[in-house]
Amino acid sequence: MDNAQLLISGLANGCVYGLIALGFVLIYKATEAVNFAQGDFMMLGAFVTIGLTNTEYMGLPFWLALPISLMIMGALGYLIDRLIIRRLFGESQTAVVILTIALGFVIRFAAGLIWGHEPQTLQNPLAGKEIRFGGLVLGMEDVAVIVVTILLTWGLYVFFSKTKLGLAMQGASQNQLAAYYMGIPVKRVQGFIWALAGVVAGIAGILFAAKGSVDPTTGLLGIKAFAAAVIGGFGSLPGALAGGLIVGVIEPFASRYVAAGYSQIAPYALLLAVLIFRPHGLFSQVRVKKV
Amino acid sequence: MRIVFKTDYMQDIRPWKDGYQLSLYLILLAIVTAAPWWLDDFYLGELTNVLIWAIAGLGLMILTGHTGQASLGHAAFLAVGCYANVVLIEAGVPFLLAFPVAGLLTGIVGATVAIPALRLHGIYLAIFTLALSVLMDDIIVLAEPITGGVAGKYLGGVEIFGHLVDRWATPAPFFWLVLAVAVVVTLGYINLLRAPLGRSFIAVRDSEVSAQAMGVDIARTKTISFALSCAVTGLAGALMGMFAGAFNNETFSVVISIQLLMMIVIGGLGSIHGAFLGAIVIGFLPQFLSISKEYAAAIFGGNTVAIPGLEFGIFGMILIAFILFEPMGLYGRWLKIRTWFELFPFYRKDMFKRQKSYLKTERLR
Repeated sequence: MDNAQLLISGLANGCVYGLIALGFVLIYKATEAVNFAQGDFMMLGAFVTIGLTNTEYMGLPFWLALPISLMIMGALGYLIDRLIIRRLFGESQTAVVILTIALGFVIRFAAGLIWGHEPQTLQNPLAGKEIRFGGLVLGMEDVAVIVVTILLTWGLYVFFSKTKLGLAMQGASQNQLAAYYMGIPVKRVQGFIWALAGVVAGIAGILFAAKGSVDPTTGLLGIKAFAAAVIGGFGSLPGALAGGLIVGVIEPFASRYVAAGYSQIAPYALLLAVLIFRPHGLFSQVRVKKV
Repeated sequence: MRIVFKTDYMQDIRPWKDGYQLSLYLILLAIVTAAPWWLDDFYLGELTNVLIWAIAGLGLMILTGHTGQASLGHAAFLAVGCYANVVLIEAGVPFLLAFPVAGLLTGIVGATVAIPALRLHGIYLAIFTLALSVLMDDIIVLAEPITGGVAGKYLGGVEIFGHLVDRWATPAPFFWLVLAVAVVVTLGYINLLRAPLGRSFIAVRDSEVSAQAMGVDIARTKTISFALSCAVTGLAGALMGMFAGAFNNETFSVVISIQLLMMIVIGGLGSIHGAFLGAIVIGFLPQFLSISKEYAAAIFGGNTVAIPGLEFGIFGMILIAFILFEPMGLYGRWLKIRTWFELFPFYRKDMFKRQKSYLKTERLR
């Protein structure tokens, strides 16, 4: 029973990692770049919602604040692409990596300036409620996290594999020039995907802030989400979720059954192992480069 | 514009272009060597710090700037060098032996890391090294018998030929020590770049496929690049440990790794000057910020409140500005200015324009 409880809490945590990883994968899938600031996006999403809902700030009703904050995050994602990332069009991937790391610094700084450095929680209608399920106690937030994540992953998966726009995005990433010749508005597609990544980060942030407290350094969680994305293979949406769940589940079990000091290593050790033995993740989509 | 008239093939591979350029650098070296006489102890310490960062930057520059392998984990190698140096000195090894051995050990660690890293490209390598840097923190805590764990280690001065060299007690000799290491590493670097090995580094950076076609052994080249890069970084780490005096698992955090990478980007990837220019920016930014904060407080009234995270915020913004407007860094900007003067009035705007490369992926879906 104890293990089942650990599993549930691990799954809920893993879903948050998975959601951040989804953001990585979205951007990677459509632009072949990695947004190292995705964790900070999530933190920002959490703080924007806190700023709208919590009584000490604006005090809007929760269900009204929700769409507003998602819209703000989407707009922010779009603006970042429009103003900054798009200028790097045609530059190397490493430039984008370094740029987004710097962006993360700036976002962390701005969030600290606006909302302070104290940990804060989101006041939400789900707080404190729980479901009892045959001896298991499930927090309502945990259930919400799991349900939302699964729905979102499924929705995005369908979007990418079935809709015209989703396929256009994949085309844009596989060969920019060819996609452009085929009439895909590559730049606009890129703007859209950044907006989408912003919204996903917003959702992740809201769920995270409902589960626990956030402060400006929460974004560093993104490193664990990297582990999730890499384990999943960085180009696969269900893979990202699976990776997130693996990392999330390993953590509580490691801290329970492995000696202290070794337990927090577990996700990173797993990341290194995956990179060494299956460099392109468990759900690999790459073949060896041929001339 | 000076035009060097070449009369000898040796002139093409000589480290300096002509006597004029050589004498400029010698004058610079002389001025810097005399720093203890024209700088007070505080700024001498800052200058020492800048030089140590520059050495670390040179280390990373070999790997990232010249071999094109982005590493977000070089703080881990700083830590290895630092701890190796201290542990050896505590075991009674004289500093002059412990220091190079610390570099050597770090190089061996780097070469070992390179073996799995060889299979990784671009972003995957960056994440691999990032994870390594995160892990190093925990490894240092776990290896407590050697590293002192969370409590950390302490290193006072060291003796070189009976002279005490200590950051606080004798700042001038410590500065000269750091300067000597910096000069030796830089000379080695210049030599490396004109040797076949350095050329093959650059070939691997520019195109692995073409390098392979030209007969460059990619795996070997990358491994050597890793080893050299880590060895130099290890030396910088050893000096950094001596500079800090006391250090523990948190001294060489992921943030330092990221800072190091950003430093060489600001300075200018792929140039030796870049490591030094970037180090100057990194080293003096905190001072500059605190001074400008005092000025702002004096002009606008109000008190000098500490804004947490300000340094990193500003740092991030500078970096974004550089990547957007001057991807070649400070050194690239300097090259443009110099060319503008040399060619006046024939400089054209697009002279340094880089060719755009459009994305193609190897993914199947």
